[in-house]
Amino acid sequence: MKQIPAPLLTLTIGVAVTLVSLWVGFNHGLLPEQASAQSVLVDDFFDVMVVIGTALFLVVEGAIVYCTIAFRRREGDDTDGLPIEGNLPLEAFWTAIPAIIVIGLGIYSVQVFQDMGGFTPGDRMPDHGTMIAQSPDASLSGLVPAGAEPELLAKSVYGFGAPLEKEGIAADLEVNVSGMQYAWIFTYPDSGIVDGELHVPVNADVQLNISAQDVIHSFWVPQFRLKQDAIPGKDTELRFVAIKPGTYPVVCAELCGGYHGAMRTQVIVHSPSEYQNWVQSRIAQAEPTTAEAIATNPADLTDTEYLAPYAAEIDFDAQLLAHLAH
Amino acid sequence: MAQANITSDMVGQSFPHPDEWKWYHYFTFNIDHKVIGIQYLVTAFFFYLVGGVMALVMRSELATPSADLVDPNFYNAMLTNHGTIMIFFWIVPAAIGGFGNYLVPLMIGARDMAFPKLNALAFWITVPAGLMIIGSLFFGGAQAGWTSYPPLSRITANTAQSMWILAIILVGTSSIMGAVNFLVTIWKMRVPSLKWDQLPLFCWAMVATSILALFSTPVLAAGLTLLLFDINFGTSFFDPDKGGDVVMYQHLFWFYSHPAVYLMILPIFGIMSEVIPVHARKPIFGYKAIAYSSLAICLVGLFVWVHHMFTSGTPPWMRMFFTVSTLIVSVPTGVKIFSWVATLWGGKIRLNSAMLFAIGLLAMFVLGGLSGVTLGTAPVDIHVHDTYYVVAHFHYVLFGGSVFGLYAGLYHWFPKMTGRMMNEPLGKLHFVMTFIGTNLTFLPMHELGLKGMPRRVAMYDPQFQYINIICTIGAFLLGLSVLPFIINAVWSWRNGPKASGNPWNAKTLEWTTASPPIIENWNVLPVVTEGPYEYGHDPAEVSSS
Repeated sequence: MKQIPAPLLTLTIGVAVTLVSLWVGFNHGLLPEQASAQSVLVDDFFDVMVVIGTALFLVVEGAIVYCTIAFRRREGDDTDGLPIEGNLPLEAFWTAIPAIIVIGLGIYSVQVFQDMGGFTPGDRMPDHGTMIAQSPDASLSGLVPAGAEPELLAKSVYGFGAPLEKEGIAADLEVNVSGMQYAWIFTYPDSGIVDGELHVPVNADVQLNISAQDVIHSFWVPQFRLKQDAIPGKDTELRFVAIKPGTYPVVCAELCGGYHGAMRTQVIVHSPSEYQNWVQSRIAQAEPTTAEAIATNPADLTDTEYLAPYAAEIDFDAQLLAHLAH
Repeated sequence: MAQANITSDMVGQSFPHPDEWKWYHYFTFNIDHKVIGIQYLVTAFFFYLVGGVMALVMRSELATPSADLVDPNFYNAMLTNHGTIMIFFWIVPAAIGGFGNYLVPLMIGARDMAFPKLNALAFWITVPAGLMIIGSLFFGGAQAGWTSYPPLSRITANTAQSMWILAIILVGTSSIMGAVNFLVTIWKMRVPSLKWDQLPLFCWAMVATSILALFSTPVLAAGLTLLLFDINFGTSFFDPDKGGDVVMYQHLFWFYSHPAVYLMILPIFGIMSEVIPVHARKPIFGYKAIAYSSLAICLVGLFVWVHHMFTSGTPPWMRMFFTVSTLIVSVPTGVKIFSWVATLWGGKIRLNSAMLFAIGLLAMFVLGGLSGVTLGTAPVDIHVHDTYYVVAHFHYVLFGGSVFGLYAGLYHWFPKMTGRMMNEPLGKLHFVMTFIGTNLTFLPMHELGLKGMPRRVAMYDPQFQYINIICTIGAFLLGLSVLPFIINAVWSWRNGPKASGNPWNAKTLEWTTASPPIIENWNVLPVVTEGPYEYGHDPAEVSSS
């Protein structure tokens, strides 16, 4: 490789690539706002990967463009290029660098995953009764060696549990989430509230127990960076702390039929006092909206009706909305 | 070696044939590997157009947020069959069946594949499979995505879904037959003077591809057979109400279908390693590294499938194990990319259509690979799984990668296959339209997914409309970009300037025979005296600079 540029040029390019990559990594603006404690962890990780990715992208694409221009065949030149068949140190270098990068990213992944609570799904307080619900299957119990801790059984819950510092501590609020074609039903076991939207207090440790009634759905709140499939026959859960009051979309992310795209609702993150007011008002007005929440099939709504709840959120005027529907 | 020689000679004597094939021979059960290769390529290209029309239906629907163009169930049939056709009826048969069959015997100095009749059978069973896929559309079409996860696939459009399953099992069977044939051919039929370290890298790629196909395809066939029984014969393997396990299907499916990604890209990597040295006029940089990295991708690629299931019913250790294994795959892939760039460095690059598509592939695969690294890590994948970010990623890999590679291969070997040169200005127009169209369609999808748009939806949040319109415009540009290619291929096949035996001045064995090659490839088998990429060694040909 005789064409290696002068050290000074290399240094300049290196500094420029580093600066541009860092700037892109922390200013890409590609992610929605951060509304959960977990979203901060995920975004920091993603930004680091964007920095590394941008640097690699610039170097490799730069080399490709440079080669295409500098080493293009000139008119009338029918000779061959230099017979270079390899360069062991160089090949070892570009095998080792990605290897080191991915090992680093692997370790970082495990760290973030642990901080998000990825290692502790199904980690419940014994008095919550979940384990009892898990164990009536006699054959399953038989597989567990005598004297084994009952927690072993609870491990068949998938998803995200308590973050590390809260391991073994029950969530502040539990909500049962049921996915069906094409709606989410939220049930609050403590108060008996049933709703088509998820209401949670800000800064509370919330645990969603997710199930599916017909086909696989997937509960996703982009602003929380959390997603978990709702799987018929399997228990899954998501535990999160919302850090910012507001209204965020709940999206079904797993193909569940013709109106999969319309299987959307919202999560409303309240201040603690607002949340108490909401709970009181829901208990006071009893259940009329429950039936409504279940009975309303998005497929039966016109697009205007369906999209109306989003109008406020996205600052869309109703006329345009009506126009779009036609 | 002597034995291999006898075998290949016997193939030549074992069937009577005319001096050259007429057009109608291409519509028969013909056992010539070159005829079979062209049968695969032409059939696959037809399905590419069918799958492309389906993509345009989807992009037209997505020009507006509401489901106002087609019925949402029909939309799901389009997305299911678009994916199925592009994978199982375009990229896999074109790359493996088309280029693999055409090139492997020619590159190793054999007169045909080891099992010519099995080879013809492997092609012809894909024909009823294709008819069944098209037929299934008249029964509503399979609507559960190309992944066909139960319970949705158990309860939706049962007749069409069953036809879909049978079609996939047929092409899978064809794939297994082909894999056995390639392995035996490369192992036993090399001309005796061709040493292992002189084997063209395309053949190494076909070895890795065939091993993957042999290990993984039977598992898909098993999973789909169980699903077929569930749908039609009352079993409940995947019926949770009766103790079935829907996540088990996902494991069976992805145990094949992740390696299927490598089935679609490894032969393309092989094409790259042939096209780039010829047109850069340089030896391939790091022959052994590229050959071994194909085998490494093949091995590690068998242990990454759960990264498609990070949000499914998978325990924490599994999510972490497969995060790490997925990250590891990027190392051998990176080695290939760097080796190709180093091959370009210091070359005398001919920027013809074949090379433009190869360089275009390199440029886009880098982005697909980098987004793949982010997707491979569970914490980020949890957010972007099943969103347009994934759609963007795999189109950069499969369109920017595989389809560009197929075009590079078509421009490169068209003179060999037809004996005619293609038109360069039309080829360059094709490249420019395809390159712009690809990036216009798929680059904005990264942002869509990250910002919150799920995939496989016929209706979406209106805040995403602006970006979706850009994607739709790009898709129509991509649709148009096929026209210059079709015009070029059809016109050149009939009227293009005659090609010599070796128009690119290349070193691999397929260029030592006539264009198109005679029926048994050579009158006298060639003798290999140098490696396949030894450019620039003749002092008279190296420039003084």
